[in-house]
Amino acid sequence: MAIAIIDYGMGNLHSVSKAVERLGYEALITADRGAILAADGVILPGVGAFGDAMASLRETGLDAVVREAAAGEQPLLGICLGMQLLFSESEEHGKHEGLGILPGTVVRFDSGKLKVPHMGWNKLSFVQQDSPIFTGLEEGHVYFVHSYHVKPERQGDLLATTDYGEDVTGVVGRGNVYGMQFHPEKSGELGMSLLRNFLLLTEAKN
Amino acid sequence: MRNVLAKRIIPCLDVKDGRVVKGVNFVNLRDAGDPVELAAIYDQEGADELVFLDISASVEGRATMVEVVKKTAGEITIPFTVGGGISHVDDMKRILRAGADKIGMNTAAVKNPQLISEGARKFGSQCIVVAIDARFNEAWGEWEVYTHGGRTPSGLRALDWAKEAEKLGAGEILLTSMDADGTKDGFDIRLTRAVSDLVTIPIIASGGAGTKDHFYNVFTEGKADAGLAATIFHYKEIAIPDLKQHLKSRGVEIR
Repeated sequence: MAIAIIDYGMGNLHSVSKAVERLGYEALITADRGAILAADGVILPGVGAFGDAMASLRETGLDAVVREAAAGEQPLLGICLGMQLLFSESEEHGKHEGLGILPGTVVRFDSGKLKVPHMGWNKLSFVQQDSPIFTGLEEGHVYFVHSYHVKPERQGDLLATTDYGEDVTGVVGRGNVYGMQFHPEKSGELGMSLLRNFLLLTEAKN
Repeated sequence: MRNVLAKRIIPCLDVKDGRVVKGVNFVNLRDAGDPVELAAIYDQEGADELVFLDISASVEGRATMVEVVKKTAGEITIPFTVGGGISHVDDMKRILRAGADKIGMNTAAVKNPQLISEGARKFGSQCIVVAIDARFNEAWGEWEVYTHGGRTPSGLRALDWAKEAEKLGAGEILLTSMDADGTKDGFDIRLTRAVSDLVTIPIIASGGAGTKDHFYNVFTEGKADAGLAATIFHYKEIAIPDLKQHLKSRGVEIR
């Protein structure tokens, strides 16, 4: 039961990897196509700028691998920037094309109204309570750090939001593909429970 | 500006050569000096964030801290800041790579303010916490910044320095009132409010916490985003779950 954590040179993978291990799964930090596609589940982490991250994914050919994984059966989870990358495009420092796995755009917060980055503990509201990612869980606070947020094109892909002057996308999902804008590995008990629910999906597929 | 984020409760651990120093009195600890174990307990109790202050004086002590950060990152599920002894971008990189979420800077930032902008550019403002130790200067009628663990007056006005730190790219200010520190008479509301009104980045208030209502006051009147304390948590004078329950019952947004 290995969970592949995609290593494309962006951000700190250590915390995510340790969180996966603490939940009783084997975590494999890797950039290898075979290992990623053979894993029971895939996590795309990420901290940093959208354009740099996409450039790095393209250079390593990992963009195609993530798309392949998403098209397959194995559950895939994008975290923070990793979730944003799943979408069609971002307007962070100019227009950048994303992985296009889910339709939607990544936009900047309306500055002036509230502090940017949106950083800290904010309350998650479940939009689709019956999603397996929320099984057994109640709404609560999770830890966000981001200056851009996702506007999914399809309302049906939106699983949870948080209020930061407007409804901000917190969790997305469609089929085997999920995304969390906050850091589940830094979000206390609720964060760990959300991550556990994702990991449970990797077992269900086998 | 409206703030909808939960107010944060932050225990601070002083670490020297990889060991917790200063007043840790947890009966249920196997090893009262182990920062990793203590951090995990605070995480379980509902702390929203942790601050490690490395007070090691030696190169070996600093290297040990990196190991502590690595272990802690694997054990806890909340963000944590590491401060102390960071005087170069390479120091920041080492600590962040080891798994810390934020870097705290105090004396080094006063000596070399460019460190704030360099760090912010390289790692993002959200990683950069500028720690300010302030004491009221009667002659000035306002607060002065002290460096070197509160021993050296810098000649800088705390309000000016806070504004400058924000301009340089600090993501947060950890504001310690040296007048209130250790008194348990409450946070310095005037100082905290003055800085909160001046800058738009979050303020972590520190120094003087003695009761649960001291936190309430600093969040409401003081407009702080977070409250930090050490001994009252270490000695269980205030238990974090009780504190959070109390604040919630008084209408404060709490995780």
